[in-house]
Amino acid sequence: MEDGTIHIKVKDREGNEQKLEAPTDMNLNLMEVFKSYDLPVEGTCGGMALCASCHCYVNSDHDLTEASEDEEDMLDQAFYVEDNSRLSCQLKINDSMDGLEVELAPVSE
Amino acid sequence: MQALKKIMIHTDILIIGAGPCGLFTVFEAGLLKLKCHLIDVLPNVGGQLSEIYPKKPIYDIPGYPSILAGDLVDNLMEQIKPFNPTFTLGEKAESIEKTGEKEFTLTTNKGCAVKAPVIMIAGGLGVFTPRKPPLEGLEKFEDSGVDYMVKDPEKYRGKNILIAGGGDSALDWTIELSSVAASTTLIHRRTSFRGALDSVDKVMKLAESGKVNLITEAQAIGVNGSNQLESIIVKQKEKGNIDLKVDYFIPLFGLTPKLGPIAEWGLNLDRSAIEVDTKDYSTNVSGIYAIGDINTYEGKLKLILCGFHEGTMAVQSAFKYIYPDQKLSFKYTTVTGIEGL
Repeated sequence: MEDGTIHIKVKDREGNEQKLEAPTDMNLNLMEVFKSYDLPVEGTCGGMALCASCHCYVNSDHDLTEASEDEEDMLDQAFYVEDNSRLSCQLKINDSMDGLEVELAPVSE
Repeated sequence: MQALKKIMIHTDILIIGAGPCGLFTVFEAGLLKLKCHLIDVLPNVGGQLSEIYPKKPIYDIPGYPSILAGDLVDNLMEQIKPFNPTFTLGEKAESIEKTGEKEFTLTTNKGCAVKAPVIMIAGGLGVFTPRKPPLEGLEKFEDSGVDYMVKDPEKYRGKNILIAGGGDSALDWTIELSSVAASTTLIHRRTSFRGALDSVDKVMKLAESGKVNLITEAQAIGVNGSNQLESIIVKQKEKGNIDLKVDYFIPLFGLTPKLGPIAEWGLNLDRSAIEVDTKDYSTNVSGIYAIGDINTYEGKLKLILCGFHEGTMAVQSAFKYIYPDQKLSFKYTTVTGIEGL
């Protein structure tokens, strides 16, 4: 890990993998990092855990902050939800997330 | 079939979308004595503010260090009251036709028609529509066993119904329909519910007494039937797949915005947003403007305060478009006041 930058591996909906770099000192969340790389994530509500359009799966065993009740509530309204489902807008980028492996969840019509 | 009741409304500016930008545009139009009619697919005004985050504080409305989204909508309604805007709520703007030199006719999905020289699209993220579970073949049964909202509880009398979801509408309809349906099953992804505590309590009691079949940690994964819905396959964490025979499946997963018919109105689009000229937020079609989250231009920011500005500029241009021979003299509200206040 370089100073203040972490690396994240993301698999898009076509199965392509991409490595992302994310600064840890800009108060970013994972949804914002996805968007900055033009990944097809809507983030409709802007990051309030109110739309589920940034739904992703966490495939590595990183110890992330637990989903809040708001996040769980929103996941209730999403589809293709699995045990490793998270809303990427609720994952604040920090040093402990270096090497994180995530996958974009499918979008429904 | 009963013919749709035709209502014809005439106005100066037809605003599609009754969110904050659409509402404030009524004020700015009112200062120029232009009348507005608003159409919104939601049954209430306020758009995203009412539908997605009514209880969230907003911190970047000038003059308000903090204001709840719902309160901002109430204030906007108060602010535009003197200009007597009219509303068609709960109807979707379906088609736009050019019916005269400076006249558009917009028709809603329920047959309401509005004629206006100017259309202002303040459609936000699009049309709020029910979230549909991604189950193969589900759409086939949309008229024969699958409902995304409950309109008339009597429809379910004596029927076997399955409701899916964990929010207030899933809980409330489970409670209400359990008294008319032959059997009521509620499935939910988790063991806890996000709905009002009182409703959760009631559902739990109905489940204990056997009036509601509650299956938690479960999701619908398949649909069966030929012409009519026959069963839903439910996957429960421990029990595996359960084939539930039902007459009706009612998935209640809230609403999500989709661009909808706007995409077919001949406007230049860039990634689901309408391209506008920042001089006056006009689109490529004369007489049609787009303001707020629905438009796009270089440097676009999706902020309520930017939408207010866009609406203000657009009505000035709309006035000149409607009355090219009239001179428009700009006046401050501090000088002229507002009639009716």
